[in-house]
Amino acid sequence: MSFLITALFMFIFWIALSWQFEPLYIISGIVSSLTVAYLSHDVFIGQANIRLGIMRLARFIAYLPWLLWQVVLSNVDMVRRTLHPGLPISPVVFKIKNIYKTEMAMVILANSITLTPGTVTIDVNREEFIIHAVSQDAADSIISGGMQSRVKKIEGEDDV
Amino acid sequence: MELREVITGIFLCVGCFFVVVASIGVVRFPDFYTRLHPAGKSDTMGQALILSGLMVYEGVSVVSLKLFIIIVLIFIVNPAATHSIAKAAYVADVQPWTRKKEKGADA
Repeated sequence: MSFLITALFMFIFWIALSWQFEPLYIISGIVSSLTVAYLSHDVFIGQANIRLGIMRLARFIAYLPWLLWQVVLSNVDMVRRTLHPGLPISPVVFKIKNIYKTEMAMVILANSITLTPGTVTIDVNREEFIIHAVSQDAADSIISGGMQSRVKKIEGEDDV
Repeated sequence: MELREVITGIFLCVGCFFVVVASIGVVRFPDFYTRLHPAGKSDTMGQALILSGLMVYEGVSVVSLKLFIIIVLIFIVNPAATHSIAKAAYVADVQPWTRKKEKGADA
């Protein structure tokens, strides 16, 4: 099952990139997507619960507009700090607790932190996230936890 | 001039502005970690805006689809790369710059 889904994904991706419909291209597309799917289907989908995966994907897509808005705010803030004559920064390194069970949620939170106002994720492990912030208010906005609870919502309550 | 060209131009100008400011930021900021901030964020935004401008110019076509795939890729890869660079510095024990230290050095 996971093999077929992976192969289908790979073939759609092949068509999107090549946009050639002569038999030669179609056949090489089929051959290469089957090869890739055979080699990597256990990594791409694995033993995951497909229904749960789709639900998480939907919740992740719902999370995207908010994230994009945060990225815009982050950039305006960065531009202000960069061009300000006094260079108003006072960097701090701080830690927040890792409340997630799945690696996917950790990746989403780590990347979201890096993309949003004045904070970069330095390291993630099972217990905590280590974060470098450009100023104390940037750090406070992460500590206050709005983003963490949003990502927690994507993950849901299930263990897998 | 067509409306589409105007919109493309605006996207390209704003995108270039972000990339230029990111470059200035990399020069102005005091240490390794703070320099990652403009490099990791404004670049992502600038490139996304420039590529969106080109998508507007191209209209609905395969080229636009490919540009969109590139934007998505940059949004995933850029934070991941920033993260691994920061982690390398952290593991190598690079000390973050702070306001207090600078004042101490001045005195």
